Amino acid sequence: MARSLRQLIPAALSASLLAALVLGTLGAVTIRAGGFSALGPRDLDALWFTVWQAAVSAVISCALAVPVARALHRRRFAGRDLLISLMGAPFILPTIAAVMGLIAVFGRRGLVNGALDALGLPGMTIYGAHGVILAHVFFNLPLATRMVLHGWQAIPSERFRLAASLGFAPAGVTRHLERPMLRAVLPGAFLAIFLVCLTSFAIALTLGGGPKATTVELAIYQAFRFDFDLGRAATLALMQVGLCLGALAISARLTLRAGFGAGLDRPPVAGLTGGPFTRLIDSTAIAAAALFLLVPITLILARGVPGLADLPASIWAASATSLGLAAASTVLTILLALPLALAAPRTRWAEAAAMLPLTASALVMGTGLYLIARPFVAASSLALPVTLIANAALSLPFAVRLLIPEVRVLQADYDRLAASLNMSGWARLRLLTLPRLARPLGFSAGLAAAFSMGDLGVITLFSDGRTQTLPLALFQLMGAYRMDQAAAAATLLIALTFGLFWLLDRIGHHADPR
Amino acid sequence: MLTLDNLRLEQGSFRLAADLSVATGARVAVIGPSGAGKSTLLAAITGFLAPASGRILWAGQDITRTEPGARPLSILFQDQNLFPHLSVTQNIGLGLDPRLRLSPADHARIEAALERTGLAGLGPRKPAELSGGQQSRVALARTLLRARPLLLLDEPFSALGPALKAEMLALTAELAAEQGTTLLMVTHDPEDAAALCPQTLLVAEGLAHPPQDTAALLANPPPSLRAYLGA
Repeated sequence: MARSLRQLIPAALSASLLAALVLGTLGAVTIRAGGFSALGPRDLDALWFTVWQAAVSAVISCALAVPVARALHRRRFAGRDLLISLMGAPFILPTIAAVMGLIAVFGRRGLVNGALDALGLPGMTIYGAHGVILAHVFFNLPLATRMVLHGWQAIPSERFRLAASLGFAPAGVTRHLERPMLRAVLPGAFLAIFLVCLTSFAIALTLGGGPKATTVELAIYQAFRFDFDLGRAATLALMQVGLCLGALAISARLTLRAGFGAGLDRPPVAGLTGGPFTRLIDSTAIAAAALFLLVPITLILARGVPGLADLPASIWAASATSLGLAAASTVLTILLALPLALAAPRTRWAEAAAMLPLTASALVMGTGLYLIARPFVAASSLALPVTLIANAALSLPFAVRLLIPEVRVLQADYDRLAASLNMSGWARLRLLTLPRLARPLGFSAGLAAAFSMGDLGVITLFSDGRTQTLPLALFQLMGAYRMDQAAAAATLLIALTFGLFWLLDRIGHHADPR
Repeated sequence: MLTLDNLRLEQGSFRLAADLSVATGARVAVIGPSGAGKSTLLAAITGFLAPASGRILWAGQDITRTEPGARPLSILFQDQNLFPHLSVTQNIGLGLDPRLRLSPADHARIEAALERTGLAGLGPRKPAELSGGQQSRVALARTLLRARPLLLLDEPFSALGPALKAEMLALTAELAAEQGTTLLMVTHDPEDAAALCPQTLLVAEGLAHPPQDTAALLANPPPSLRAYLGA
């Protein structure tokens, strides 16, 4: 019908813009690429390291997640819900702030080395491949734990009751109930983490580097920034696209579960919670995970809060820039995501268009957009627009995936009523769509704002020292070893990021008329 | 007059044919075994299901391709007849203007409709703050203001208790009579049909039969209806 076609126009516009952006970038990169013969052994090392570290990070995160999730599933203690909620926090925690926290714990003058020193043992360094992996586990262990915990909670408690009534030993429970669940859940968790780590840039930039710990993203940055070898940067970008496409092709065969589902929360079945030994293991797992996640951030905040008042004006200026970027990126994300999500239940191309940005990482997009815009504009004036576009594009898949299930419910419940009352266009958006989608829109907007606020990616390609975002300013303070100021800036960054997320999520809840 | 001209409906392997007309101002019950296609027939008349072939006409005008909201009819669904996030006044106001730009005169008409349906003073409430019967009245008040010549009921009162359901049906019939509205109502209950609808349209075995005299039909049901009624 004519109207249903007209309803798809905004989605078609949004999809065209995204396609132009992603395919344009890829096109520019492909044309400029110097051919794979231009790549040296260093670049192949980067390729190998990228895949290897992503696989190792994912395996370790998943392996550690199993005992932590099992403990969280079996035990009830004060603060359990809070801990599970906190496990969602690394999702939006600014990478650079977390890296500072990890340095405070595992760095040369950190807690761990202090203890090793006191015991007369040799110290460790956080820089290098294992540092990169450590940081990846820090970010992804909570994600994996939530996914596995969700799997545990999805096992009907009747099964556990049946197992208890049949007198299963813990080994039997593991074999008949838990192992099949893990077999179903872990591949998805592994792949989700593997994908995230493939495009890792800020962690490699701060903790990696050198021939043994350079990711492809970092190699793009170095070719672009230090060698100004655009041909090689473009070739590397193409390599990165190949990696993403490969991983996406694998994950398309495997439906990924959302990592942030809460699930039902049934109490554990008595009789299967084990004896004092399992209790000890569970307590250790929970305590270790909580310490690993909380201590780094606590250290930064403790060190940073007193210094907040003494932050130089440049940091406040950078904060203002970051806030402006985050606001613009959020608006752009929602403007592009909403039409696609609304069209997704009717057409298949809408969701596919929303997933396009997953094929291009931040640095790939930065390189491509630079190549396109270079004939027309100076590089330094590109910094903010390109960062804005890349941030919005990379938030978009999350926003659309969050919105689609809610859109389905909305359309199933009220499409007919709205059509029978002749509600259409703006009136329908204002009176029906926006009020009913206020919650997921607020949550998506919060995520988009937090991603943009904490992002240290594309901006590093173009920064000339004058245009600064808060994460970039923090990175430079760390590079200059002004650690007190850096801690204060990190505290500010964490506060602003979570503040923005909280604010937008609240607005969504508040605007929800239910 | 509503005319279904050689109408053929298809939904997967389901088929329904209708070639009949309903006189203006008539009150017609739509009755038949479950799964026979009563709701499907209403969906086609409303415009939510495009017919495989045939035409739907109102007063001689072809409305087969008209958008649902532009058809000369109102429909009350089994559920989801109100937007829970809008007030009673707003829900009713949508019947006057789908963009909810309401003039003082519109508000006066809404007040009058509230009064007529026994909802005086409840305008600012949200649907969740009303009883099931009151919610039905809000939906009914909206159809009153839309004042379309054809009203379709797809069992909107089935969740109410028997007494309340009878009361709502009686009110609906009363309002329809006042406005000269043609009424087509799906029902499972032969008593409803007998009490309110002089005519009955039987949907069974892939065919929607032309309206017949309700009393005669119920007194001497064909085999397909007899099996359903259990008589």
